[in-house]
Amino acid sequence: MMSRQSPAVRRSPMDGVDDRAGAKCQGWPRAPRDLEEDYERVSTTLQDLKPVPVELGGVRGGPDVRTLRRDGWWRSPAATVAFLTVVVVYATWAVFQNSHFFVGAASHRDLISPLYSPCITANCYGTVTGGWHISWWKISPGLLALTIPGGFRATCYYYRKAYYRGFWQSPPGCAVSDGHSRYTGETRFPLILQNLHRYFFVLALVFNVVLTIDAVMAFRLPGDGGIGVSVGTLVLVANATLLWLYSASCHACRHLCGGQVNEFSKHPIRYRLWKLTTPLNARHMQIAWASLALVAFADLYVRLVASGVFSDPKIF
Amino acid sequence: MADVTMRVWRGDEDGGTFTEYVMPAVEGEVVLDVIHRIQAGPAPDLACRWNCKAGKCGSCSAEINGLPKLMCMTRMDVLPEGEPVVVAPMRTFPIIRDLVTDVAFNYTMARQVPPFKPREPEADGTYRMQQIDIERGQEFRKCIECFMCQDVCHVIRDHEENKASYAGPRMFIRFMELESHPLDTDDRRELLRERMGLGMCNITKCCTEVCPEHIKITDNAIIPLKERVVDASYDPVAWLGRKILRRTKRSALEAALDAPGQHTPTRQEQPTRPVVSATDHS
Repeated sequence: MMSRQSPAVRRSPMDGVDDRAGAKCQGWPRAPRDLEEDYERVSTTLQDLKPVPVELGGVRGGPDVRTLRRDGWWRSPAATVAFLTVVVVYATWAVFQNSHFFVGAASHRDLISPLYSPCITANCYGTVTGGWHISWWKISPGLLALTIPGGFRATCYYYRKAYYRGFWQSPPGCAVSDGHSRYTGETRFPLILQNLHRYFFVLALVFNVVLTIDAVMAFRLPGDGGIGVSVGTLVLVANATLLWLYSASCHACRHLCGGQVNEFSKHPIRYRLWKLTTPLNARHMQIAWASLALVAFADLYVRLVASGVFSDPKIF
Repeated sequence: MADVTMRVWRGDEDGGTFTEYVMPAVEGEVVLDVIHRIQAGPAPDLACRWNCKAGKCGSCSAEINGLPKLMCMTRMDVLPEGEPVVVAPMRTFPIIRDLVTDVAFNYTMARQVPPFKPREPEADGTYRMQQIDIERGQEFRKCIECFMCQDVCHVIRDHEENKASYAGPRMFIRFMELESHPLDTDDRRELLRERMGLGMCNITKCCTEVCPEHIKITDNAIIPLKERVVDASYDPVAWLGRKILRRTKRSALEAALDAPGQHTPTRQEQPTRPVVSATDHS
């Protein structure tokens, strides 16, 4: 066996064949014996290995057209572009309003927009329950939501598919030409930063906790206390629930729970977690859209109540 | 029943065009049945690769109305009625003739996949695995190598130059099967990042959409592989964890040296494909 400390790796193609399964297994593919002496190599890095040449070019069959599809392949990317544009434009506008993001005791409930939570900037002081704030931060607290949960969604494996297809047209549909002259995928800056998705996932969990606290606080009646439920309470609870489902169904979450494990039988807890997240992961797309829509709706609801367009209907 | 109009690509590397064949419709037929009737009737020289006619050999891949499908598994009655059925060869691979393409690219890439490298057997000379350890990889064993996932992948479909450095979805499920195998001792992650082009995939899931075996290629193979590559190359916390826990898998270089592709002659070194004339069949 070769030493892993050796600076030079010298191998023949038959190395590693005879020791497979203690030479007991029959039927493993074996390189022809007469090739052995031809392939003695000296390699110190992966880059030293000579790549197997791939024959490029060759005439392709079929007509030279963008696609032969006649179905409505364009509907899905068009709908994606429309919906994402509306939500992103609305969220950006809402974040920079820096007002009407909180409904206080005057409206019988503490409701805060999910785009403005955690509200820890200077203008939150005195309006939102909880005294801790950053006194020098004068601009909108919504910038936090725009960067961290926004980054979590921007690097999400599902949204990547959606916007690569919808906005970048790479490709717009299956078997539809992407029309770009060059393509390097996610191997270079800035798209190589998509690999930071797991960090956004962990940071977004903090926001989930804060928004869950917001939802619980929305049950609280002002004054002498007590518990009540309004439509706004239900909106914030549904929003927090979908955010947790969105995080739990995330591909990075599935990997960190157990996807990186090779022997599940030796890691029963991680296997259990992996089995729990796997069916959620299969519905990641649906949860992603529902959650995104509800975040925008929750902000709109709080904004309308806070600006006095209507009052939050009390259920009990 | 009414007639069906089949618009079939006819041609070779010197050029080609669609030729229309109007055939009587027969209830219960699949596209391959109609192609066979065309061969038996108006176009006996129509070239088409097929074998099992049961969706298990992966030979009859073609693009039907623009989407990669198995001809033997595409029923005529699910296609739009009253419109011509367009049958073209797979776009990503060089044409040989009519509906037959040269899929050698896939075999070149397959030879670069480092094979299964099991750990030392147990004291009694055997291996033991639990079903839960191995069931994840069993999904990938369903692959019939129709290469439609390779065909539809825009990384090589629209960018020929990427073929030199991109293994493609079919190879990625093979990599995932090996990487997640409980007995395997190779670490192929650096190889995937450096040489197999895993980062080129932008997970638009067309491979999953066209897979006739319904393998969740993107969710269960490519994305887990991307996450494993993040562990190996982009995540300092995971790197620290490996250092502390002293993981001992064989390196990507050691694994790559075992790949049979390292020993395989290239197309230029191989003898040219023998030409069989019509009279040689006797």
